[in-house]
Amino acid sequence: MRFRSGLLAACAAAALALSVGVTSAKTLRYANQGDLKSLDPYTLNETTANAHLGNVYEGLTKRGKDLSIQPGLAERWEVLEPTKWRFYLRKGVKFANGEDFTADDVIFSADRVRATGSNFTTRVPKDAKFVKVDDHTVDVILTSPNPILNSQWDTWYIMSKKWAEANNSTAPTPASAQTPSFSSLNANGTGPFKIESHQPGVKTVFKPNAGWWGKPEHNLTEVIFTPINSDATRVAALLSGEVDIIEPVPIQDIQRVNSSPNAQVLTGPELRTIFLGMDQTRDELLESSVKGKNPFKDKRVREAFYKAIDIETIKSRVMRGLSTPSALMIAPELFVFSKDFKRPAYDPDGAKKLLAEAGYPNGFEVGMDCPNDRYVNDGQICQAIVGMLARAGIKVNLNAQPKAQYFAKVLKSGGYKTSFYLLGWTPGTFDSHNVLYDVMGCRADGSNRGETNLGNYCNPKLDALTDQVLVEADTNKRNDLIKQAFQLGFDDYGYIPLHQQALAWGVAKNVKVAQRADNSVLLYWITKD
Amino acid sequence: MTETTAQRKETSMLARAFDSDIWHSFKSSPITMLAAFIVLVMTLAALFAPWIAPMNPFDPAQVYLMNANIPPRWLNGGDPQFLLGTDDQGRDLYSAILYGLRVSIFIGLIGVAIACTLGVTLGLVAGYIGGRVDSLIMRIADVQLTFPAILIALLIDGIVRGLLKSAAREDIAFGVLVVSIGLAFWVQYARTVRGSTLVEKGRDYIQAARLVGLPAPLIMIRHVLPNVIGPVLVILTINVGLAIITEATLSFLGVGLPPTQPSLGTLISIGNRYLFSGDWWIVTFPGITLALFVLSINLLGDWLRDALNPKLQ
Repeated sequence: MRFRSGLLAACAAAALALSVGVTSAKTLRYANQGDLKSLDPYTLNETTANAHLGNVYEGLTKRGKDLSIQPGLAERWEVLEPTKWRFYLRKGVKFANGEDFTADDVIFSADRVRATGSNFTTRVPKDAKFVKVDDHTVDVILTSPNPILNSQWDTWYIMSKKWAEANNSTAPTPASAQTPSFSSLNANGTGPFKIESHQPGVKTVFKPNAGWWGKPEHNLTEVIFTPINSDATRVAALLSGEVDIIEPVPIQDIQRVNSSPNAQVLTGPELRTIFLGMDQTRDELLESSVKGKNPFKDKRVREAFYKAIDIETIKSRVMRGLSTPSALMIAPELFVFSKDFKRPAYDPDGAKKLLAEAGYPNGFEVGMDCPNDRYVNDGQICQAIVGMLARAGIKVNLNAQPKAQYFAKVLKSGGYKTSFYLLGWTPGTFDSHNVLYDVMGCRADGSNRGETNLGNYCNPKLDALTDQVLVEADTNKRNDLIKQAFQLGFDDYGYIPLHQQALAWGVAKNVKVAQRADNSVLLYWITKD
Repeated sequence: MTETTAQRKETSMLARAFDSDIWHSFKSSPITMLAAFIVLVMTLAALFAPWIAPMNPFDPAQVYLMNANIPPRWLNGGDPQFLLGTDDQGRDLYSAILYGLRVSIFIGLIGVAIACTLGVTLGLVAGYIGGRVDSLIMRIADVQLTFPAILIALLIDGIVRGLLKSAAREDIAFGVLVVSIGLAFWVQYARTVRGSTLVEKGRDYIQAARLVGLPAPLIMIRHVLPNVIGPVLVILTINVGLAIITEATLSFLGVGLPPTQPSLGTLISIGNRYLFSGDWWIVTFPGITLALFVLSINLLGDWLRDALNPKLQ
């Protein structure tokens, strides 16, 4: 009897080992510090979410490993006139549920992405008309020229019209939604992967989409994504082999991961700019001790905040040297004249003086919103800023929370409910126009401009320059216009840029990845030995 | 005549205290004495933290990021200014621990006071009145007992935070914690007091009080309560430790006190990020402090239970 049970146990153990061996061979386990809350591709315009969903959904265009624009669901395109583009759609493409992909889906997606609740309304001009020429040809008619239309569309993912209509999902799910919609829990894309199961905050399982039109470059049979917010736990999971990829590796652990036998850190500069924004539009701040007026409308106050922040100490202490302090709202890799701008020097006494001049000799209180699982050491950066501003006399009430709650509060869908916040931005087009239009443009009803200008910094002259930038074809003239526009924002102290953070992916040694400079972990370029 | 009685009573009370079984069992247990000593020292240190601590870690203007992650004084790279090193924001750990302990003790005591008041009142009412009132209170207690206290505290905390979507959240964090802990721990008191009340209710002196015509609340407070308070004292002592642990757990999970006002739990949570990265002191010292304090309180509680239990003597 004892022999028998021993034998049974051995068999069971062997079977277990075998099954684990077979399935885990090509099962990739990936952990990010933040969660994937909604699968709806129009909920949240955020790089991590876009990357997750980019495995499942596809746009008319795609980006390669070097971020160059490549054909996606559109095989090719032509600019018939400056205001008329023709897209030739790929034939024989099917959605994961087997439906054919046609021009109707593109037209449906164009309406859906511009509907209320979408966080991607700037992707497609509000007044652009989509005309179906035939089942696989679509004309886009614009009211004003837009030479970079195709480069704005790699993260405008195409959804199935039939699927959305059948599942009551024709309206986008806003980031502030309290109850999940069908399209936020299920996905039906044309991409190389499909969603096997999705439990927000717990795990998401991806399986390869056997019917994908392209030739897979990955060799995975399953991908399990789990959010692991705790830095120490995430690193421990990588080192113990429990997960194969983590993003980001906390900077204090980079050395430890690199000296471990089974994993390494892939680092590089990231194109994201981390910055602080201030509510400059309300007559009274939502969260402040100053009543009856808005201190941030006074340029001296904004300048004082700027000068009170010791960016070099943040770099050396919080970022451990792995950041590039920035004077501009765009990374130096993306704009040639970046070097011409220098940050105003750290000057705590000057800041105090400016506050006194503005009528706040004893400072004031203000609430600050900050994510704590989105950017590298974001929570710590905010805490450090609280201390620095305290020495200038400003009492900051910090509200640091996970990005799901943070974005639901501060974005357009939540009503821009913030007075002072930390945010990061990578221009979706990798071009200055995107920053000038989406983040630094004046908000106005009936326009998409300034969609992510949470504090509504507004300078009409800057907007005029931005419009010229969009249509200017000559590179030198265009760069000059961009420089003038950035100079206006710089002189206004409209934003307080902090730095560009560094990429740090922790990758097991038997896994090969393509690390794109926009920090997108894309499963379809990953192979596992 | 009256004067001498009062005098005699006074002296006899003091003498009785020193001559009692409880005092003797305290003196004969060195571990208990050590525990009492630790609790006393730590409580005093926490109480006088603003005068003892080199800096105020709750004042962001005194915290310099340049001083972040400095090891304890006796290690390489240590700074004589910082006895136990600093955390990731440059807060002096020694000061942060003193202030954190203060917060933890306050929350523990007030939370337990709320739990005790609520539990004893409900237990008395349930036991004395009986019938439907008894069933109602005890069924609620039964349901709550099926959940761990930490879960109840998390639930209450979550609901309050959801209701109060304002910038004042940081200011009310303390109150929310105290109330969540109070509401999470009342059941034990209620059950204990109800049991004892049921026993006492049938006794002659209660019957007599009823016959005299005393109102029910007066009987409960004046006659029942003093006779059921013994076990409550034991639960009270042990619960202070539990409440402090609960507070630390909630803060560790990020739903307790904000990182700008660290309690011991918040400090441990901060340090946990750096535990494997070489900066072990941020988690170790607050951890030791918390463990030592709670252990000492529990030892005191155990001793009190034994001392008040006639069957064990």
